[in-house]
Amino acid sequence: MVPHEIEQLLEKYDNAQTSTQEEQQLRDYFTNPDNHRDGFAQHLEPYRAMFGYFTNAKQETFTKALPVQVPKRSYVYQWIGAAAVVAIMFGIFFQFGNPGPKTLDSLTAEEQLVYYQTREALGLLSTKFNQSASNVTALNMVGNHLDKGMEKAKYINEFSKATNKILKQPKN
Amino acid sequence: MTQADFVKMVMPFKDKVFRLAKRLLVSNEEAEDATQEVLLKLWNNKQQIANYNNIEAFAMTMTKNYSLDRLKSKQAQNLKIVHSNYQDSNRSLQKQAELNDSVALISKMIEQLPEQQKIIVQLRDVEQYEFEEIAEMLTMNETAIRVTLSRARKTLRKQLTEMHNYGTA
Repeated sequence: MVPHEIEQLLEKYDNAQTSTQEEQQLRDYFTNPDNHRDGFAQHLEPYRAMFGYFTNAKQETFTKALPVQVPKRSYVYQWIGAAAVVAIMFGIFFQFGNPGPKTLDSLTAEEQLVYYQTREALGLLSTKFNQSASNVTALNMVGNHLDKGMEKAKYINEFSKATNKILKQPKN
Repeated sequence: MTQADFVKMVMPFKDKVFRLAKRLLVSNEEAEDATQEVLLKLWNNKQQIANYNNIEAFAMTMTKNYSLDRLKSKQAQNLKIVHSNYQDSNRSLQKQAELNDSVALISKMIEQLPEQQKIIVQLRDVEQYEFEEIAEMLTMNETAIRVTLSRARKTLRKQLTEMHNYGTA
């Protein structure tokens, strides 16, 4: 760019009449080191500083993180809800999922046989138990008689207390 | 709108939001907070903003309003914004030399401009928005924007020229 064009542009620039394209021309002119190997004329020096500064100022960037985190929601309630649903499902499953109690009729012949055999065996066991239990009652009776005897012995004790009062035995 | 959609939507202008916030609030941390605040508001209203035809302009307006609000509340609380390039009065010669570095210098000069000029310089000279877009963002008419911008540019140039002459004289 020839000097007088620059001068014209600068005058427009000072009056804020330049377009962005013209300002870009000025910027390029003043920041291109090829244009001022020998330095600028003294009255252009301020412009060099200004355009240098403006170009420089545009390099600065915002380095912090963007504040776009989704606000942290607590998922505790969701989890409690999920747990409750699971618990209810379990309850329903065990309540209605299981078939009712089995009856004897629903068993196969073989199972019935096993059932009866088991019952018989257990019955046998129980009669033996009852027999030994009756033996134990005999012992019980013996125990009862012993208790009665002990009660009788109390009378003797009382009797000897009275005797001791009369005889005034010396205390040992 | 999913998270990915949203990120894709804000990606082109999140840096612009940050830079505008920083231009006004100066401090890096404040600007980061402002940017996150603006993006969060967009995210929370993602249902509605999907219908907006120019989300970027909307975001820039939000950023401007939010930053100015922050500044106002800071002044009301009589708190000074701590910023990274804060200079104490008895700075060393070394520091002073650094300040002469044109980047820091111009940054300081823009900081001195009235807020409206700051915003417009940022939107036009740094972000290269069209006047039409700036008018939409700031709800100003284009002529008023041009006038403000011209004033800001002339102030900056004048100050830089003075600095330059002072340095060489």
